[in-house]
Amino acid sequence: METLITILTGILVTVATYLILTRSVLKVILGTAILSHAAHLMIMTMGKGLKSGSVPVLVDGQETTFVDPLPQALILTSIVISFAVTAILLVLAYRTYRETGTDNLYELRGNKHE
Amino acid sequence: MSNLIVLPMAVPVLAGIILVFFRNQVQIQRWISLIVMLANAGLAIYLLNLIQAEGVMRLDFGGWEPPFGILFVADSFSVILVLTTSVVAAVCLLYAFSSIGKRYENMFFYSFVNFLVAGVNGSFLTGDLFNLYVCFEIMLLASYVLIALGGKKAQLRESIKYVLVNVISSWFFLIAIAYLYGSIGTLNMAHISERIAETGQAPLLTVISIVFLTVFGLKAGLLLYFWLPGSYSVAPTAVAALFGGLLTKVGIYAMIRVFTLFFYHEPSISHSLIGVMAALTLIGGSIGAVAYKDIRLIVSYNVVIAVGFILVGLAVATPAALEGSIYYLMHDMIVKTLLFLLAGTMIAVTGKTKINEMSGLIRNYPLLGWMFFIVMLSLAGIPPFSGFIGKVLVGQGTVEAGSYVLLTLAFISSIFVLYSLLRIFLGCFWGETIISIEDKVPMKRGWLFPSILLTFATIGLGLGAEFLAPYVSDAANTLLDPEVYIDAVLYE
Repeated sequence: METLITILTGILVTVATYLILTRSVLKVILGTAILSHAAHLMIMTMGKGLKSGSVPVLVDGQETTFVDPLPQALILTSIVISFAVTAILLVLAYRTYRETGTDNLYELRGNKHE
Repeated sequence: MSNLIVLPMAVPVLAGIILVFFRNQVQIQRWISLIVMLANAGLAIYLLNLIQAEGVMRLDFGGWEPPFGILFVADSFSVILVLTTSVVAAVCLLYAFSSIGKRYENMFFYSFVNFLVAGVNGSFLTGDLFNLYVCFEIMLLASYVLIALGGKKAQLRESIKYVLVNVISSWFFLIAIAYLYGSIGTLNMAHISERIAETGQAPLLTVISIVFLTVFGLKAGLLLYFWLPGSYSVAPTAVAALFGGLLTKVGIYAMIRVFTLFFYHEPSISHSLIGVMAALTLIGGSIGAVAYKDIRLIVSYNVVIAVGFILVGLAVATPAALEGSIYYLMHDMIVKTLLFLLAGTMIAVTGKTKINEMSGLIRNYPLLGWMFFIVMLSLAGIPPFSGFIGKVLVGQGTVEAGSYVLLTLAFISSIFVLYSLLRIFLGCFWGETIISIEDKVPMKRGWLFPSILLTFATIGLGLGAEFLAPYVSDAANTLLDPEVYIDAVLYE
């Protein structure tokens, strides 16, 4: 299970890298969103024993083998943050498009001739 | 255990939220923000003295004992930085009152300054690695808004790049935390330090330390400073001063903390790498500082040089060098803010940004000219001002460690700093005045007053170095002896 998720993480990072290296601002933003999903999956695999443990609650006061709950708490926090960042980035990109009339990163370089 | 430690973060957050409801009452917004910063400064002084008496303090949130819960830890290093942050933020607010304009003030400017300060203070005080990430994000989200606020073309263009660079570096931060959690199994900073000391710093951990180095290098502008001059030079003066004084310094703080508390076992790899990066930063920053004619860019490259200089102290990591780094960090937060404020004022009174477009300003605005002169001396490290003691101690540290290359580069960079600012001074303040008496823009008292305060601060920090010495040496000792930190967090 860990191997599968690691491979999936790798694929997501590849896709995200491709998107981030494109010229369109919108694709770059989608790339960052996918990148954050890859990070979340990776944090989850760091919890160890994805399928071997049960939910982290005591059953009849007995300790059983359970999945590490901490990575899931981290992921939850991280999802909220990446949601906020993506939202502000989208607004910023829209506003930049309205002001400068382009969503091409090459034209947003800001050289001397403006 | 003291609930006071949470206040430097909690009060600005609350104030920021409350200010949202006073959108049109600008006076209320101004006074609440200023009072919050001053209260934080007072609190930091009180905490600093309390730490000298009682040692490192901590606060476990929700009563979860470390290493299980999130906690705040206040040692001298953190609280010194909280104090400097509060002073810098208060002065920037004073400058903003008379310069930022009603358009900004109605668009929640003061709320976001409060959120920014909350994030900065939280990063300094937290004792949990993931919480450090969260506080970084709070600070960065506020900075995204502040840099784009105003909506000019150049601002929007640079803010997109600024946000993207920071999103990617935050992603690396998250990945680094995940790796570290996967290999060490804890997030409490003291606990991480203890476990790494127990198991030894395996090659895997050294690699993780390099990932951390990359992250903080991006945030602090160590070698990876390509984003910095562009984005710092487009924001309005008060915001640029706040950024120049605070943002990169949080990256430096995190780097110093991580490499003195966790990854201090393999200095031949990690610390040499920091040394090389610091050297390249000094060279690149120096070239940038003398290459441009735009005052805002020259000033931004001066931030880069200072980052290199402070981290030379971390690279050699002797007691003297670390003390020097801490002194220099305080000095730099104050003086860089002052430099940004003065440069912004010069641009505001002339309406020009290039050196060769201004001249003779000292005839019209003598006080501005003399303050610029003092800043220049202070940044170059001339004795009565605050830069001197930091430079001497870092220099002493590099000599003790025998890294003469870093020593040479660090001090040559001071000459470049002096030269780049001297060019501004000669070009803009000397010569025939370009402003006739009729066209002269009257200098607002609100522009000069904050700069005067900071000028006194740099003189005071220079002359009062003796008075600060016990606090700074305690901070350096805690950094050099992780046991102190670990004992305070886990065994008290």
